[in-house]
Amino acid sequence: MCKAAEWALTAAFSLAIYLLLVLWTGSFGLWSPAEFIAGLVLAALAGLVAGRLLWERGGFRMLQPHRWLLFLFYILGPFFWAMAKANLDVAYRVITGRIRPGIVRFNPGLQTDLGRTLLANSITLTPGTLTVDVDDATGDFYVHWINVTAEDPKPEQVCGAFPTWARRIAE
Amino acid sequence: MNVLIYVFLAIGATFNGLGAVALLRFPDVYTRLHGATKCTTFGSIFSILAVVIYGFAKGGGEGGTLAVHALIALVFLLLTNPTGSHALARGAHRGGIRPFRAVVDRLEERK
Amino acid sequence: MIGELSFGVAALAMVCFTFASMIRLAIGPTAADRAVALDTVNTLVVATMVLLGVAFGQVVLVDVAIVYALLSFVGTLYIARYLGGGL
Repeated sequence: MCKAAEWALTAAFSLAIYLLLVLWTGSFGLWSPAEFIAGLVLAALAGLVAGRLLWERGGFRMLQPHRWLLFLFYILGPFFWAMAKANLDVAYRVITGRIRPGIVRFNPGLQTDLGRTLLANSITLTPGTLTVDVDDATGDFYVHWINVTAEDPKPEQVCGAFPTWARRIAE
Repeated sequence: MNVLIYVFLAIGATFNGLGAVALLRFPDVYTRLHGATKCTTFGSIFSILAVVIYGFAKGGGEGGTLAVHALIALVFLLLTNPTGSHALARGAHRGGIRPFRAVVDRLEERK
Repeated sequence: MIGELSFGVAALAMVCFTFASMIRLAIGPTAADRAVALDTVNTLVVATMVLLGVAFGQVVLVDVAIVYALLSFVGTLYIARYLGGGL
């Protein structure tokens, strides 16, 4: 049962992306029947190959729609603002060359793979920090910090409110 | 609409150029990754957003196709770019490259 | 309609930045530096292709950019794996 659900969900996801790619190419309407058939076959194959990988360890939580809304709000709001600040920060450091680098460790207390991925990508794209490694067993993040202010920092000092957001969205 | 497109193209070109300068100016692998990843991702987002706005303003089949495909390219870029930079940083650290003038290196102490 | 020329000019600027990154690709002291420069070049090439798709009025260039982005990601992962000694 669970395997069939994984397969069907992955196939539906692939079919949606395929239909977006071939939008407006049909001879009548938006799509033509030939493309629907080709898309179904390709989506079934993609589901067979990738079904196991996509839903391991808590991926099913992302099917709840309020998480998608939260994710969209997070991308457009706090994340985008932090990213703009990050770029001005890098511009300042490129021009002045003032750096104090180091690799620090902290533990944001996230359990699932999806939450850790979200937090790691957020950290990489925001001011002065770059994820180098994540310990799979304990959940420790090793972060290269371009301007070290504390050698054993709290999560809030490195990445602000991002662990809270990642927990809210993905756990 | 035209002004918005010009502004987005200008922001995109500026930050992509900043990424190239950061790549040339910073002293070691990790700081170069900082500059390269952040600036080129941000600049590419704005360049592609200009294309999306152009496509939606043009409208019809061709403009819509352009906008949707550019959006898909944007999503893939936003997903793959930070992941690739994690992989490079991790590979570089395992390959024995130490951060330049680091004040602290907790990953080294773990091993 | 506004001129597609502005997109062409932006694409030309991207090509100049690509060449600037290629300096690091040539002189980078270690293999990791060259891999970082290659990653930057890939991102810039994707942006250039999307802009040229508008400048030339051909949607197929955007499709090429999507495929190029995914393939260059796989290439970056393999180079990183090689640098880390796992290959």
